[in-house]
Amino acid sequence: MSGDTLLAVDQLTMRFGGIVAVNELSFTASHHKITALIGPNGAGKTTVFNCITGFYKPTSGTMRLAHDDTGAIALEKLNDFRISKQAKVARTFQNIRLFPGMTLLENLMVAQHNALMRASGLTLLGLIGAPSWRIAEKRAVDLAKFWLNRVALLDRADDAAGNLAYGDQRRLEIARAMCTEPVLLCLDEPAAGLNARESAALSDLLLSIRADQGTSILLIEHDMSVVMEISDHVVVMDYGVKIAEGTPQHVRDDPKVIAAYLGADEEEAIAVMESGS
Amino acid sequence: MTAPTSKQQPPQSALNPGFILKKAVISAAVAFVLFSLMIGLRTEAGPTGELIYWTRFGDLAAMVATVFVGSIAIELLRYWWGPVGTDRFVPPAVRNGIATAGRFIAPALLGFTLLVPVIFYDQRYILDLGILVLTYVMLGWGLNVVVGLAGLLDLGYVAFYAVGAYSYALLATSFDLSFWVCLPLAGILAALWGVLLGFPVLRLRGDYLAIVTLAFGEIIRLVIINWQSLTGGPNGVSGIPRPTLFGIPLTAGDDGLAAKLGIEYSPTHRIVFLFYLILALALLTNWVTIRLRRLPIGRAWEALREDEVACRALGINTTTTKLTAFATGAMFGGFAGAFFATRQGFISPESFTFQESALVLAIVVLGGMGSQLGVALSALAMIGGFELFRGLDQYRMLVFGLAMVLIMIWRPRGIIGHRAPTIYLKQSQAISSDLVKEGHG
Repeated sequence: MSGDTLLAVDQLTMRFGGIVAVNELSFTASHHKITALIGPNGAGKTTVFNCITGFYKPTSGTMRLAHDDTGAIALEKLNDFRISKQAKVARTFQNIRLFPGMTLLENLMVAQHNALMRASGLTLLGLIGAPSWRIAEKRAVDLAKFWLNRVALLDRADDAAGNLAYGDQRRLEIARAMCTEPVLLCLDEPAAGLNARESAALSDLLLSIRADQGTSILLIEHDMSVVMEISDHVVVMDYGVKIAEGTPQHVRDDPKVIAAYLGADEEEAIAVMESGS
Repeated sequence: MTAPTSKQQPPQSALNPGFILKKAVISAAVAFVLFSLMIGLRTEAGPTGELIYWTRFGDLAAMVATVFVGSIAIELLRYWWGPVGTDRFVPPAVRNGIATAGRFIAPALLGFTLLVPVIFYDQRYILDLGILVLTYVMLGWGLNVVVGLAGLLDLGYVAFYAVGAYSYALLATSFDLSFWVCLPLAGILAALWGVLLGFPVLRLRGDYLAIVTLAFGEIIRLVIINWQSLTGGPNGVSGIPRPTLFGIPLTAGDDGLAAKLGIEYSPTHRIVFLFYLILALALLTNWVTIRLRRLPIGRAWEALREDEVACRALGINTTTTKLTAFATGAMFGGFAGAFFATRQGFISPESFTFQESALVLAIVVLGGMGSQLGVALSALAMIGGFELFRGLDQYRMLVFGLAMVLIMIWRPRGIIGHRAPTIYLKQSQAISSDLVKEGHG
């Protein structure tokens, strides 16, 4: 594994019965970089995400996450909550999954569960209101306030998350994922349902997360304006296999990618490109 | 609410006599089928055991006619009044007043409860009823952790009540341990059983979880009935020691509390003592639950109720979180069980039927899942209200059922449906029940 590789996915295969959703997919995501995973609907992008974040157990293949202190972590050997807890991989969902009946602040406090659990002495110190617990709670509130401020929702901290507008809910979900202090942030279509202005704001937010927190981002996105603007590296999937990868510019001009998006074969795509230019 | 109410109402549809008539005829037909056997025919066992019956067609006709006319009347009223909501009948000023008063309900209720033994010192019946209500308040608060906070539907809560009661009864009668030693033991044993139940059912959700917990409640009861050598089977355990005030018995003897204090002995002393004991236990349950809600474990319970998948994505161990909810709820059930055993002095499996589980669950649901004050109010209404209808004899269940149906129509999410946030920056705003999830398992 080279020095700047954060996540190396190798020969990842995921089968559901007879259907091969992901077939021997290999790609890497680098430290402090934004990697985009794109492809037509049904290409298997979300399945890859679910494998990386522990919601599916891959049929075969390996996923190595480089960690500064513990060396490489084999993600395929960890399951569900341990991916977030030990490997520090956070994710958001295509259909937003907030805690709608809890306030924004509470949502972000829940995200800091593991750190707060330790600070509360597995509840015992917290139950007696020990000073160390109070300090830890205050620090957690400060972190939550910091992220609410970053996503411009600080003035709504005491509102129920379910009362937020759609675009605000998307940003809150990113803030909640960032409160787990991840090394890799996986975003499943963060720009879905956002208008042009909100998409631009999202791009700025993701770029600032990369710059300020140094968090690497893995992104599934259909909104090409977002992908082309912020990605450092793009991986294109179709029918469960990787068909292209490279810089946004490189991928945009690849006939295979255009063919996949147009649903046509390669020669037709080249013809379309030539007639267009 | 700034917009005038008239703007919010949709335009009224035209009066449709055909629709109203059709509805009335259908209602009357249903009433006819339903009441033809219930009212039209009256059967009784004759003096020699044979079946005698007579018809009451007049009553039947009156009943069907009432339904027919009533249906028309309701439709007409609906037409004249328009959509019916609380804001139509209760002016905003009154509602604000109620909201302000709501903040003082809990302290007022607590103050009154503390004074009950003083006010009603001579009325043994009221004191006994108070103890019963407080027992169910405590059980409701205990189950509230599992059902209201963690959103896990538990139909077998009585099992932990039974474990607590039998733990105290058997420990006290076999090893002569005092109530104050047995109380924590009973709670710990019940919590252990809660974990034991939790392990196999954790992957189940919703209806499946409910059925397994229901089965668990029955299993515990059947084991108690059949394990004669330990539990005495259907005969139960008798001669359970009465609680002592830290070693001083509340008896008429020379070493009793009355003799030590130099006052005249009265059996009411023991009742008053039991009253304050269960009040203290219930308040302990309440205090711990309120505390836990503001700790990460409590927030994780509520988050689990809201969205389990999101919890997993945030690194929350859903297995241990569910187990702690089960264990905490079971522990309070165990405390309540130990108190029940010491109050009764005799326990048998008959006290721990499914009906108890259903009653406690009804208290939690009616009170508003997750609301401590709501559960206390509904326990008061369910247990106290049931006693209030005692004069109605055979119609008691009917009136009681009707009252419950009406409350659930009026307040589908319970008496106190909204949720109070556990932490806030500027101002604590109640969260509408529409947003709060009930949980899936």
